[in-house]
Amino acid sequence: MTLQPFHRLESRTAVIPGPDIDTDQIIPARYLKGTTRTGLGRYLFAGWRYDESGHPRPDFPLSRPEARGARVLVAGPNFGCGSSREHAPWALLDYGFRAVISSSIADIFRANALKNGLLPVIVDRATHQVLLASPGMRVSIDLEERTLAFGDARVSFDIDPFSRRCLLQGMDELGFLLAQEPAIAAWEGKGDGCAP
Amino acid sequence: MAQSEPRTLFEKIWDAHLVAPETAETPAVLYVDLHLVHEVTSPQAFAVLRERGLRVRRPDLTVATMDHSTPTTPRRPGTRLLVEDRECAAQLAALEENCAQFGIELHSLASEQQGIVHVIGPEMGLTLPGTTVVCGDSHTSTHGAFGAFAFGIGTSEVAHVLATQCLLQRRPRTLQVRIEGQLRPGVSAKDLILAVIARIGIAGGTGQVIEYTGSTVRALSMEERMTVCNMSIEAGARAGLIAPDDTTFRYLEGRPRAPKGAEWERSVARWRTLQTDVGARYDRTVEIDAGSLEPTITFGTNPSMSAPIGGAVPDPGSLTDAADRAALDRALRYMGLRPGQRLLGHPVDVVFIGSCTNARIEDLRAAASVLRGRQVARGVRVLVVPGSRQVKRAAEEEGLDRVFREAGAEWREPGCSMCIAMNGDSLRPGQSAVSTSNRNFEGRQGAGGRTFLASPLSAAAAAVAGAIADPRELLQ
Repeated sequence: MTLQPFHRLESRTAVIPGPDIDTDQIIPARYLKGTTRTGLGRYLFAGWRYDESGHPRPDFPLSRPEARGARVLVAGPNFGCGSSREHAPWALLDYGFRAVISSSIADIFRANALKNGLLPVIVDRATHQVLLASPGMRVSIDLEERTLAFGDARVSFDIDPFSRRCLLQGMDELGFLLAQEPAIAAWEGKGDGCAP
Repeated sequence: MAQSEPRTLFEKIWDAHLVAPETAETPAVLYVDLHLVHEVTSPQAFAVLRERGLRVRRPDLTVATMDHSTPTTPRRPGTRLLVEDRECAAQLAALEENCAQFGIELHSLASEQQGIVHVIGPEMGLTLPGTTVVCGDSHTSTHGAFGAFAFGIGTSEVAHVLATQCLLQRRPRTLQVRIEGQLRPGVSAKDLILAVIARIGIAGGTGQVIEYTGSTVRALSMEERMTVCNMSIEAGARAGLIAPDDTTFRYLEGRPRAPKGAEWERSVARWRTLQTDVGARYDRTVEIDAGSLEPTITFGTNPSMSAPIGGAVPDPGSLTDAADRAALDRALRYMGLRPGQRLLGHPVDVVFIGSCTNARIEDLRAAASVLRGRQVARGVRVLVVPGSRQVKRAAEEEGLDRVFREAGAEWREPGCSMCIAMNGDSLRPGQSAVSTSNRNFEGRQGAGGRTFLASPLSAAAAAVAGAIADPRELLQ
C-alpha cells in the first residue's frame, strides 16, 4: 500500500481554536462502529458541527464561507489528545484536510496522522497566534524545505526525518518493517524476549 | 557483562526490546511481547493484511477480546447475549472471523475470560513485568502497573504488529512522579491520579513515559496501581510505569498464563532487577504529597479540570491567559456549572461504576461498602458494570451483586459500557453523571451528557445522595 506523496500544499486555512481538542470531538465514538476506514468525513467534529436535528450549525468554523475548500486545519494547542482512534485522521483526510497546524499535537494522534499522509505541523506560539486569528488565510507548506509560508512570513518546522521521507515518497512504514524480517528473526532467536 | 551507565526502569525495558536501535534517519525497531486486540480498532488492520497477503507473524503473542461495542444488558445464566445494534453486531462478527482466519485466541462473549481488554490481560497473567504490551487503545498504559512498557497504538500500528511483531518508535523521555506519604481514609488511587493530572496538566506528559515512585506507590495494591497507570494517557503521557515488587509477584503467582514452577522462580529473580538504578536520571521529576490529598472530582471537560470534592468551581475570570479563560468558560457552560458554585450537592441523574479505570473487584468492594444497607436516591440511575466475567463471578461469590441490587442499582454484564457509550449504554443530552471512568470530554458518555469523574467511593456516595457527595461522611 502506498500513500499519496506529500510535497507542497497551498491552501486557505480553516481555524478551530481552543486548546485540548480531543479525538472524541474530532469523531465521536458512536461513529466508530464500522469496519472500514472510508466515508468518515461526514462525522468530522459531528458533535460541534451539527445541531440536535442533524443540520449544520452555520456558526461552526467549518461551515463558514472562508473555510470552504480549506485543506489546512489550524487548531488550538494539544490537538488530538485522548483516544488512539485512527478514525480521527481518517475523518480529517476524508473531509479534505492534508495538514494540521498547531503549537502542540498529542502523541498518538500525531503518529496516526503521519501514517496516513496527514501532515502535522508544529509552529511556535507567535506564529500560531497569527494563524489562529486569521481564518481563511492562504498558507503554503513545503515539506521538502520544511517551511510554512503565509503573507510575508516564512517559518521552518521540525519533523522526524523518517516520517518526512515516508511522506515525500508516499512510502508506508509497514514496507520498511517487513524488510526488517532478518533482524526480527535474529532477535527472536536470542530467546530473551521479556528478559531485560 | 560489565555494568554500564545507571538506567531507569523504562530504559532497561526499552533497551531489551531493540531489534534495531534508532538513528538520526530511522526510528528504533521495537519488539512487542504481547499484542491485545479488540473489535473497534482492529478490522481495518486485518484488512491491510488481506490486501497485502500477509499472515499474523506471532498469533501466539496475540490475544483478542470483545469489550467496546458489546451490550451489558443483564441476562439470565446460560442465555446468549443479544447484540441488537446491527453495526456493533457486524463489528463483533468481523473480529470472530478475523481471529478464526488468522489463528488468534479470542475471548468472545461466550468466553469465561471475556471482559475489558485491560482487565483481562492482568487477571489472566498475560501482562508480565519487563515486557512490552500494545493494544489499539490508549488505556493500554494500565498494564504499566506491572512494570511493563505498555502503550496505545493506532490501527496502522496494529497492522504493523500483526504483520511483524514490531513497531517503529522514537524513544520517549522519562518523567518521574514521586508520591510520598499516606493517603487519608476515603482517598483512593483514583483521587491520587486525578490530582497528578491536575498538577502536571492535560498535556504535561506528552512525549514522556511516567514512572510512579515513592512510598505511596509502594503501598498501593495492584488494582490501585492499575488505576493510576491507566490514566497516564490523560496527562498526555505515552505510558505509565511502576517497578514490580512483592505486591506484583503475589498478584501474578498462580495466574493461568503466568510462569509456573522453576520458571516462576527464575522469572521473579529476573523481575527483581527491574528497578531504576541508583544514580539513573529522569528527564524531569514531579513530587506529590499524598497526605494532603482529598477525594477529588472533575468539574470540566477534560480530566485535568478537577478539584477537591469539598471545593468550588473555579472562576474563569481569575485566569490571566485569554485562551485558558475561554476554554474554562466553555467547559463550565457545557457542564451547566456557575463559577464559585460548591461541587457538593450538585444534582446527578446517573452514576456509572465501571471501565478499565475502576471496574476491578476492589473497586466494586469499595462502591459496595458505601451502598450496603443504603438506597440509591429517587430518580437516579446507577449502572454497575464489572470489568470482566471473572470480576463479575468474584463479586457474585462475595454477594456484592446483591448489595448493588438491593440498593437499587443495575448489576450488568462486563464491557466498556458507558465509559465510551458505543454499546447503547449512554447519557441523554443534559444529564449529569458521576462516573468512575477516565474521560469527561464533551459527549463522551453520550451526546450532550455531562461527566464528573470520581472514585468508586465518591460515585457510590453520589448514588445515595442523588448529588455530588463526600464519601467520607458515609464511611464508618
